Amino acid sequence: MIKVTDLEKSFGGNTVLKGISTEIKEGEVVAIIGPSGSGKSTFLRCMNLLETPTKGEIWYRQTEVTDHKVDIMSIRQNIGMVFQHFHLFPHKTVLENLTYAPMTVKGMTTEEAEKIGLNLLSKVGLAEKAAEYPNRLSGGQKQRVAIARALAMSPEVMLFDEPTSALDPEMVKEVLDVMKSLVQTGMTMAIVTHEMGFAREVADRVLFLDDGKLVEDSPPAQFFTSPRSSRAKEFLEKML
Amino acid sequence: MDLDFTQIAPSIPYILKGLGITIQIVLAAALLGFTLGIILTLFKISKFRLLRWFADGYTSVFRGTPMVLQLLIIYYGLPQIIGFEITAFPAAVIAFGMNSAAYISEIIRAGILAVDKGQSEASLALGIPYRPMMKDIILPQAMKNILPALMNEFITLTKESAVVTVIGAMDVMRRAYIVGGQTYRYFEPLLIAGIIYYILVMVLTIFGKAIERRMRKSD
Repeated sequence: MIKVTDLEKSFGGNTVLKGISTEIKEGEVVAIIGPSGSGKSTFLRCMNLLETPTKGEIWYRQTEVTDHKVDIMSIRQNIGMVFQHFHLFPHKTVLENLTYAPMTVKGMTTEEAEKIGLNLLSKVGLAEKAAEYPNRLSGGQKQRVAIARALAMSPEVMLFDEPTSALDPEMVKEVLDVMKSLVQTGMTMAIVTHEMGFAREVADRVLFLDDGKLVEDSPPAQFFTSPRSSRAKEFLEKML
Repeated sequence: MDLDFTQIAPSIPYILKGLGITIQIVLAAALLGFTLGIILTLFKISKFRLLRWFADGYTSVFRGTPMVLQLLIIYYGLPQIIGFEITAFPAAVIAFGMNSAAYISEIIRAGILAVDKGQSEASLALGIPYRPMMKDIILPQAMKNILPALMNEFITLTKESAVVTVIGAMDVMRRAYIVGGQTYRYFEPLLIAGIIYYILVMVLTIFGKAIERRMRKSD
């Protein structure tokens, strides 16, 4: 579904991604892990072109995302993204956060968008917060709203950029639970995370990035019990 | 001490009449300044270098020269170029509006830069195009942050509008001056003009605070 070939990205003189190739198949859940600074967030952000790759190709289905002529906006509608710091629209209510993009981008009517929005809010357990402003919510609630906001566009893929890293520990579970229920719907997902237990439980594949390179690409059972590379071994020893 | 308001008391309604002119000029100039200011801001943050240069040059010129000079150029100088006279009112609105736009564009630009980058990233990730993103997501948040600075600019404009006296617009200032000339008493009418401006500014300040409170409802 998303195919990445020889992806490179530098910021100024600093090369963050040094030639990454991989493919995410439809319905697959891929956990992207690695030490901080390994380039995993940059890798994720390249997939919907929030970062412009320096070299290499990214294909989304039959379309080359990295082609300059491509209409990136229409591709982004199919790729939902959830950020570490939520980035909810603070001047809009929770429900408006969910309805704004479907109405603006897809031309949905208010009733349609609100119906979808309320339905999604009840799925993430926040139906009663529809009329609140984001600043009145806890971190965990904000992130659940952010997930619902991305889902309101009915994306085919969801990208998660460290969705629980900015949360207080007691709120991590509620967000992971929402993500697990999303996995059960068969959503294609790429998740940058430090939650090893979660990655192990839900991922079909683990991508281990280190120093801008894809060091390991294996099923979680194999990765967490007998990683092939010494870098992954070291990393896991520190994490677990 | 020689203060005597009885002589000019009959002229107070005459001076007050100028309030209408002052308010009309200020409102029209503020509207023009705000509109031009937003356009200049969009130029300043645009990816096209030519637009950035234009907007920066514009700001530099209008901030770097006296406003009364800009007013005189438009009122006395411009007819020479365009071939027809401009009356005092439009000349004042154009001069103040264009001058104010330079300051307002700087205020809005700072406000936009202060909006968290995550807001535009979240919008992009949802596939929201540039125009609605600016209009519905970025600018409303920027406006909230810059409201005090914007109100300040509006107040400055109100006070500076007294400069239209030099081109003969019949505003509060001009009328106070005329009354002074007629009665040979300048202190009293000018004091009254001062009080009128002060009350006007106070009303604006209270009004601005009220808007600010309203906009903070999402906090």
